[in-house]
Amino acid sequence: MRRRIRFFNDWVDHRTGIQTAVRNFLYEEIPASSGWRQVFGSVAMFLFMVQAFTGILLAFNYAPTPGDAYNSLRYILTELTCGRLMRGLHHWGASMIIVVVVLHMVQVFLYGAYKKPREATWMVGVVLFLVTLAYALTGYLLPWDNRAYWGTVVATKIAGQAPVVGPYLSRLLGGEGSVGVVTFARFYGLHVLLLPPATIFLVILHVFLVRKHGVAPIPGDELAPKKQFYPAQVFKDTVAIFIAFAVLFALAVAVRVPLEQLADPTDTSYVPRPEWYFLFLFQTLKMFDGPLEVVGSVVLPGLAVLALILVPFIDRGQMVKVTRRTAALAFVLLAAVGWGGLTLAAVKSTPKEAAAVEVDYSAPTDWMQLSPEEMAGVAYFRQENCISCHVVGEHGTAVGPDLTKTAIHKDAAWMIEHFKRPSAIRPGTSMPAIQLSDPQLNSLAAFLLKLNDRNATALENAPEFATQGALVYQANHCGSCHMVNGIGMRVGPPLNGLSKRESRSWVEDHFADPKKLVPGSIMPPYKLSPRDLENLTTYLFALPD
Amino acid sequence: MENVQAHSTTNGDTTRRNFFVGAIYGMMGAISAALGVPALIYLLFPPKAKKESEWIEIGDIARIAPNSPVELTFRRTRTDGWKVISEKSTAWVVKSADNRITAFGPQCTHLGCAYHWEEGKNEFLCPCHSSLFGIDGRVISGPAPRPLDRYQTRIEGNKLMVGKLNVSAERKS
Repeated sequence: MRRRIRFFNDWVDHRTGIQTAVRNFLYEEIPASSGWRQVFGSVAMFLFMVQAFTGILLAFNYAPTPGDAYNSLRYILTELTCGRLMRGLHHWGASMIIVVVVLHMVQVFLYGAYKKPREATWMVGVVLFLVTLAYALTGYLLPWDNRAYWGTVVATKIAGQAPVVGPYLSRLLGGEGSVGVVTFARFYGLHVLLLPPATIFLVILHVFLVRKHGVAPIPGDELAPKKQFYPAQVFKDTVAIFIAFAVLFALAVAVRVPLEQLADPTDTSYVPRPEWYFLFLFQTLKMFDGPLEVVGSVVLPGLAVLALILVPFIDRGQMVKVTRRTAALAFVLLAAVGWGGLTLAAVKSTPKEAAAVEVDYSAPTDWMQLSPEEMAGVAYFRQENCISCHVVGEHGTAVGPDLTKTAIHKDAAWMIEHFKRPSAIRPGTSMPAIQLSDPQLNSLAAFLLKLNDRNATALENAPEFATQGALVYQANHCGSCHMVNGIGMRVGPPLNGLSKRESRSWVEDHFADPKKLVPGSIMPPYKLSPRDLENLTTYLFALPD
Repeated sequence: MENVQAHSTTNGDTTRRNFFVGAIYGMMGAISAALGVPALIYLLFPPKAKKESEWIEIGDIARIAPNSPVELTFRRTRTDGWKVISEKSTAWVVKSADNRITAFGPQCTHLGCAYHWEEGKNEFLCPCHSSLFGIDGRVISGPAPRPLDRYQTRIEGNKLMVGKLNVSAERKS
């Protein structure tokens, strides 16, 4: 058997050279001083492969258009077994790859491994770092929730500020004017079509350059006998990869990545915050006001990147021991402190969301206190089956936002526009337009404005006769002469307390012919169907005194 | 290989080497499993079913003549991945002489073509591959592997309601 396998391997090797190539790769000679500090590159490459793997799996159940993107991601999270895990791996993997790439760069920087002849290796590495950031930036939009949308609005605005190329850059990102379907398509295209092959090419180039010049030895090590990459160093790399993966897996399982509300361009209360690794840039931006803003948004980051690329040409000294590279060490420490300080300041300045929300608890706590118009709104709310997509109190399914919270930052005008053409207000929403007349939509909005998380259940429990009665009340414009719960006119008597004043049969007869029962009454007769009559009367009799 | 063996001549080196190689394969195997198994589950497990299928009123049974199948059209909502779509659907409804109602799914059980009732022959005929079904849905001839699928039915007053479409059991002749 062994001989057969060997024969087969030889046969393949003769024709393809694969075994020889793998052997040459694995038995590459590396300096005797190589060890644990060189594992970061391998870990970064491994994490990139995990991102590719989970990214492809996510793409299998993802629709790359605004709205559908959100719905399909929700489907992945709620409907598919292991869907949440896949998204968790991809999300936390993105953060981790940045951490590991930075650690890799810090190690190379501290040891001065970018020095002659390895300048090109370093520069390709910096480009790979920028590509990693580009993934983070473009991937951020793809869930199409509020966080994604607003984060990208800020990012494209910053790109637009760049001197000279700004307008072109923002046109290229489709962000001219606003973030919409075009921006989404561009970001998606970059994230899955352009960046991956670019990464693969750059990684191959990077590894080729590392192999061409060999792993950088430390001073004094050049003449020591070399050792082989496999298996001792591969073992160290694998241990590091294993630890990184264990951390990633634990994060993906334990820390739930939120999916916020569907992106809402009209949500003026949303405070956008970038991902944690971009927070320092966000904070830097805050330090520059007015015309100087471009310094913080474009000039400084641009100079930093340029300096990073040019590191091998700025520091052209001989290789020295890492313990003697005090300037480099000081620089790294300074950068870490600066980054940490800016990030901390940004985190501290993030307002607590709960504090920003003011709920109007003076709203009615019982359906009997609603005005007839609001009551009719309850009827439309049921008729349109809003509850099939929206959460209200303890009921409903969470496709759309929780309606007990929308009244906080939406007014009636917004709601009515939104009822008529949902997708014009919220691009990509799956909410259908509501086919009701303006007064009816007004009524629905009036009810929703009164809704909060404390009264939701009570209002929802309004009996059928009350909502139907209110519809009849509204349709016949009773409010033009009468008052209910303090709303309406005082031409006729207020209708609260009617049950104390008159009998039910009297009221029903009165609708048919008011003058007969009250001589001189200016109320016209109403021909109501028996059902309408019953609902209206029962509703009026149930009103509080 | 050869030059490795030349390096590791002593026993200790071989043990060390074997440990490294074993650990590498072990850890890589564990990672592959931790990624591969959830990936397969993610791709192969059906979406978690959320809703019981609803009952839809499709017609008035008083209007259906006994032993004369009619095709009734109705709209039903169906979940398609992350979308809920409303689509036209039909059922072939048969009222037997003793007023029992059967509603067949509109697709042939062979390859899903739409079949129809042949008035003269008293058979359901699928035009694609000439499968023939009796009025009770059983296969008379042709390649169809099983009888016609049936909807769950319920009668409220004179209203015929249909629920889920049950796939009929395979019957090998």
